[in-house]
Amino acid sequence: MAFVNMKSKEVQAKIVFYGPGRGGKTTNLEYIYGKFRERIKSEMVSIKTHGDRTLFFDFLPFDIGKIMGYDVKVQLYTVPGQVKYDATRKLVLKGVDGVVFVADSQVEQRKKNVQALKNLQDNLATYKKSIFKVPLVLQYNKRDLKDVPILPMEVMEKDLNSQLKVPSFGASAVTGHNVVPTLKKIISATMASMQNVLK
Amino acid sequence: MGSDYDDNASFSDFSLGPEQLEAIESVLQEELIDSGVHSVMVIDMAGNIISQLDNGNCDHDLYSLAALASANFAAVDTMAKIVGEEEFSLLFHKGESENIHFSKINAEFLLITIFGKDVTLGILRLKVAEAIQKINAIWE
Repeated sequence: MAFVNMKSKEVQAKIVFYGPGRGGKTTNLEYIYGKFRERIKSEMVSIKTHGDRTLFFDFLPFDIGKIMGYDVKVQLYTVPGQVKYDATRKLVLKGVDGVVFVADSQVEQRKKNVQALKNLQDNLATYKKSIFKVPLVLQYNKRDLKDVPILPMEVMEKDLNSQLKVPSFGASAVTGHNVVPTLKKIISATMASMQNVLK
Repeated sequence: MGSDYDDNASFSDFSLGPEQLEAIESVLQEELIDSGVHSVMVIDMAGNIISQLDNGNCDHDLYSLAALASANFAAVDTMAKIVGEEEFSLLFHKGESENIHFSKINAEFLLITIFGKDVTLGILRLKVAEAIQKINAIWE
């Protein structure tokens, strides 16, 4: 549920990075934070464990400028990917306007990607939202890995995107490859879904 | 997709008119800022800022504060349900010089108040209750 402030002509929208644990959700945000440091006025907020795993969420407010006369602020969030943190994962999803699903390209993570996508569908459903309607972009992360076997893009498309048919990117959050295109895609999809409100 | 989904619950369906926002701001000013509160925010459960006012001496990172406040409230609310409570009625964090008070306006909105030593918790709770009543009247 994005908020449109008619008085200050400002829009706030919530975009959540979702996906299996250790898939690179936080790394995506860290790359964006580094890349657009001069446009991001506040510090990135991370609530994590001593082992550097996301415990609750990461948060990055991102000012993207004017769209249709409105000052658009995108709030980027990640969820904790570990299965045991489902309760907090669900909380972060509340009021979501757009989702980036970060899948892990490693062959051994194949099953976890599918499980996490199903979990996204289930958790959206608790807010009466359909995974087929929420603005959604898939990112097949870790394409840069050389030492471990990774899944061909076609296999990942078949596993995760055969029914959804949403935009998808092969990417590397560590090197930054396709991180910004992923972000641009989800922002434009989210803004397109809000057009009727902004008229 | 079956009838379980609410097709009208669009992903971006909330806005307030300038008159309503101004009415809310004047309630925040009269009930809270004029009573000595340092900073006050109305936020939604997703962490968006609906309205914000301060006494001119505050320089907090409000977007982060709103995101954390909504998450904190949601986490405490879920804990309440786990131990069999409908909700915990008092949500308050006390600091050396600043305190934060959380209050639910209705199912969708929260009132976050930051105040110092010059306002007692009792007075604050009274003022917050009055402000919430007035804000709810604006929305009705």
